[in-house]
Amino acid sequence: MNIVVLVKQVPDSGAERNLTSDDNTVDRGSANNVINEMDEYAIEEALKIKEAHGGEVTILTMGPDRATESIRKALSMGPDAAVHVVDDALAGSCAVATSKVLAAALGTLNADLILCGAESTDGRVQVLPHMLAERLGVAALTGARKLTVDGASLTAERQTEEGYEVVSAATPAVVSVWDTINEPRYPSFKGIMAAKKKPVRTLSLADLGVSADEVGFAGATSAVVEHSKRPPRSAGTKITDEGTAGTQLVEYLVTEKFV
Amino acid sequence: MTVERLLPTDDARDLLDLTTELADRELAPKAADCEARGEFPRDVLRTLGRAGLLGLPYPEECGGAAQPYEVYLQVIEILASRWLAIAEAVSVHTLSCFPVAAYGSEQQRKLLPDMLGGDLLGAYCLSEPQGGSDAAALTTRATRDGDDYVVSGTKAWITHAGHADFYNVFCRTGGPGPRGISCLLADARTPGLEPQAPERLMGLRSSAPAQVAFDDARVPADRLVGAEGQGFAIAMAALDGGRLGIAACAVGLAQAALDYAVAYARERRQFGAPIIDHQGLGFLLADMATQVSAARALYLSAARLRDAGRPYATQAAQAKLFATDAAMRVTTDAVQVLGGYGYSADHPVERYMREAKVLQIVEGTNQIQRLVISRALARG
Ligand SMILES: Cc1cc2nc3c(=O)[nH]c(=O)nc-3n(C[C@H](O)[C@H](O)[C@H](O)COP(=O)(O)OP(=O)(O)OC[C@H]3O[C@@H](n4cnc5c(N)ncnc54)[C@H](O)[C@@H]3O)c2cc1C
Repeated sequence: MNIVVLVKQVPDSGAERNLTSDDNTVDRGSANNVINEMDEYAIEEALKIKEAHGGEVTILTMGPDRATESIRKALSMGPDAAVHVVDDALAGSCAVATSKVLAAALGTLNADLILCGAESTDGRVQVLPHMLAERLGVAALTGARKLTVDGASLTAERQTEEGYEVVSAATPAVVSVWDTINEPRYPSFKGIMAAKKKPVRTLSLADLGVSADEVGFAGATSAVVEHSKRPPRSAGTKITDEGTAGTQLVEYLVTEKFV
Repeated sequence: MTVERLLPTDDARDLLDLTTELADRELAPKAADCEARGEFPRDVLRTLGRAGLLGLPYPEECGGAAQPYEVYLQVIEILASRWLAIAEAVSVHTLSCFPVAAYGSEQQRKLLPDMLGGDLLGAYCLSEPQGGSDAAALTTRATRDGDDYVVSGTKAWITHAGHADFYNVFCRTGGPGPRGISCLLADARTPGLEPQAPERLMGLRSSAPAQVAFDDARVPADRLVGAEGQGFAIAMAALDGGRLGIAACAVGLAQAALDYAVAYARERRQFGAPIIDHQGLGFLLADMATQVSAARALYLSAARLRDAGRPYATQAAQAKLFATDAAMRVTTDAVQVLGGYGYSADHPVERYMREAKVLQIVEGTNQIQRLVISRALARG
């Protein structure tokens, strides 16, 4: 099975993250950039499928030059090769434009299965898998917590708020995964050394036949117009029990929609 | 404080980054709990094995990663700074692969890829109940019987007893003294090889050693490593490298104690100032930091001699002696820096102090290291 895993480089969600003041995009320059956490689960799932059924695993990344670090890191876990879409004109791309570029790149890769994380920790829009599937004209099995491959048939347990749904589709398809699906492996030292020699193909917008004005700031269908820092946490409400604390607690939970 | 390290290659830098990630994510969160419960962390060692950390200083053609000792030991140091027992386990395993790697027959060397591959764990059986320091007086006997050696006797203080997959057994095949000793590589499933109950220890409780009884255990004669009578030389050669592993463990442990004490001393205030700004305490920390750096420099210097193929036994003994004594002082002083809180199990420094003690004892007590060094001086 020919599997392509989408990998995005994002600012470390464990550290402080900012938007830049000039164009309101994610400040990637000053952040510690890592593989989007959920994508590691997609890579692990791809490697497990390859181990069980054979095939090849390719990483696909759209991002600036420095995303190469994340590509090498992803390759050190075990995938065979990578494709890096890199072009200055891509800066500021919205989800719609990103899906256009990734769909064009996927067009060159002949994938049976496209795996990705259910969301990225920087954008958190969760729409890319659906957009990609739509553009490619294939099924989207999104938010999987379990994936079974049987020949050309895919069955996923799709995580929902109440439980899960069982959905299935024939390949080719896009499957996005949550972090409940597996436990990603660490790279091995040998894997790290081998990754240095694995092929990474770079593609520009021209290579993909996508014009610069359809993407980036120029082609964005949405833009962040303004941003401000979240106010610091306030002290919170203290309830002293004078016989009604229980009721007050429940009322608080109801107004905050926790119950 | 981050430790500045000069490394020979980019690969070494990547290896240390991987080690740090594993140490922070897999070791640090589990250490205190496993130590308190005395639970052997076999899973953690498997994770390290899969990452390729259980065969680092051995050649690639037998399944190792061909890393120089200089690099391998810094991996041990980083592991020890998060969990001493794990670092010591990796060191003991690496030591346990040495006899076959250095002295093994063609056929025995075929076992190496499995031994180094990360799934298996090795043990090294030299000490006995009646004697550890005077290893040449060991009494466990191996008698040739057809195609087997029949082994009887008791080994003591064996790290990984009951968990190991293979045991290096140093036993007497000839007359008294060092020349009557041979080395056998015994499979853990050998009938008559019987690990006993774990020792109840002061520290390092997650990896408690145990006695291993040999009750007419039959080990195939083709598992004799080296020649008959060569066992003591093999044991000592293995220990030269092993002692550097213990030195690196000591530096990692001392570094952890130092880092904890410094962080505490910058926060804790008495007499209106952070305690690190009181010169009496600041200088104590300065001495601790200096000892850690000196100990690191000494083990690295010995390791570089080894990597260059030069004699290094005396330097290894010096590194083990100095680094483990330094770790004992530094961890004791770390308790002092925390005052009453240092003496409480709510902070890790009391554990570090208990753990440091064992390093002055294992792989040759520090008296024995002084013996090795003074004999070298006497020889001239
Ligand atoms: C946690 C732990 C793990 C261990 N793991 C292993 C293992 O995996 N394999 C293994 O084979 N052994 C292992 N050992 C055993 C260890 O190597 C011995 O405990 C050590 O060599 C000392 O031997 P002993 O305990 O018999 O002490 P002894 O040899 O009885 O020594 C007692 C004291 O006398 C001193 N002494 C002895 N001879 C002299 C001398 N000539 N001059 C001056 N002082 C002297 C010693 O320094 C020591 O202070 C382990 C021990 C511990 C505590």
